[in-house]
Amino acid sequence: MSYSLDFGWLEGAVGAIARGAAMTVLLIVVTTIAGTLISVLAAAGRRSGPKWLRRAITVYVEVIRNTPFLVQLFFIFFGLPSIGIRLDPIVAAMLAMTLNMAAYTTEIVGAGLDAVPKGQREAAFALGLRPRQVFVKIVLPQALKVIFPALTSQIVIMMLESSVVSQIAVSELTYEADMLQARTFRPFETYFVVAMIYLGLSIILRRVLVGVGRRTLSAGVS
Amino acid sequence: MIEFTFWDILRNLIFATRWTVLLSIAAFVGGGIVGIAILFLRISKAKWARRFASGYIALFQGTPLLMQLFLMFFGLPMLGFRIEPWTAAVLGLTFFASAYLAEIWRSGVDALPRGQWDAGASLGLHYIQELRLIILPQAFAITRAPVVGFLVQLIKATALTSIIGFEELLRTSNAINNATFEPFTVYGLVALIFFVLCYPLTQYARSLEARAAAR
Repeated sequence: MSYSLDFGWLEGAVGAIARGAAMTVLLIVVTTIAGTLISVLAAAGRRSGPKWLRRAITVYVEVIRNTPFLVQLFFIFFGLPSIGIRLDPIVAAMLAMTLNMAAYTTEIVGAGLDAVPKGQREAAFALGLRPRQVFVKIVLPQALKVIFPALTSQIVIMMLESSVVSQIAVSELTYEADMLQARTFRPFETYFVVAMIYLGLSIILRRVLVGVGRRTLSAGVS
Repeated sequence: MIEFTFWDILRNLIFATRWTVLLSIAAFVGGGIVGIAILFLRISKAKWARRFASGYIALFQGTPLLMQLFLMFFGLPMLGFRIEPWTAAVLGLTFFASAYLAEIWRSGVDALPRGQWDAGASLGLHYIQELRLIILPQAFAITRAPVVGFLVQLIKATALTSIIGFEELLRTSNAINNATFEPFTVYGLVALIFFVLCYPLTQYARSLEARAAAR
């Protein structure tokens, strides 16, 4: 069978692809910020909170880590309306992505908190800092520095996984690809181009995160 | 219209689970075989082989699995293969798994002290014998925890094959949901089934990790 690749459609598709990529970037930016914040709170709560809170956080982490993201997404988008919580597709996607990523990063942040030597905390207390200051100014920056590579990988993985939110009609990169291939009848070429864009995005995202990490975390911490 | 009771839903879901399990096993075995081939290239002495293998790994780890599945599903027919969702699912997940497994095993090979290679050479073993008798058994042993951890990831990844039309657990649940309009129950049960499949493996990976750390 002879088949020749045809990329002639690409010219007219640049706008749609760019819009989709922008939505993917928006999703991952929101998820990164919200997910990191939640995981810092959850990791701290798991270490110093009351017993019921620790148990609840453990259950949350285990449930999310042992079920597929796509099922979580469907549960939130299709399942929750039947108990009266109706969400916009974009909000549902952001919520599912944030909850998913935070479960993984809670473990990562926790490992970082455990890696900070006890003496650091004791020294900070000895200097008269209040508990919150000790956590925010002394322990957390050092913990984040240790776990930065793992955190970066997790964010990139989440960006790649965000392609499945196309299934609830969020118009991100994969959704735009679905629409394009239905119009051009060139599914292979379309998904190939979009896969390469994902590859580029994941390389750029990693670079940006490393740059941000170097700038914000190296100061004050050796 | 047929009435679905809770037990009907559960029974149908459990029936569909065997496809999820079968697909996970097929992809894990296939991924292991292809993964070993990639591992050989990745640790080879020839530069082109190492470069090819790292490119292969970077490609599969840097693009979404959904794209890989779509490219299998739409790409192979262009090469003249007749392709069903099952074939595309197994092949897609096999290549996906091979990249991750090769990278995990390579980290095990790298973790072995240089002296292991030297000792093998001084015993008069050639390269393949060294790998087969000394390096790989140790590399596999020390990477058992991450491999089990990856198996959990792979089981969860099978859910994506529902999108290319493979009738596994999630696709069946979509059909049941369309008939019953009980998404809360249906997707809740699907999550529960995946949890039952994955959680024991997660715990097993954890105990392997603890044992490795204690050693």
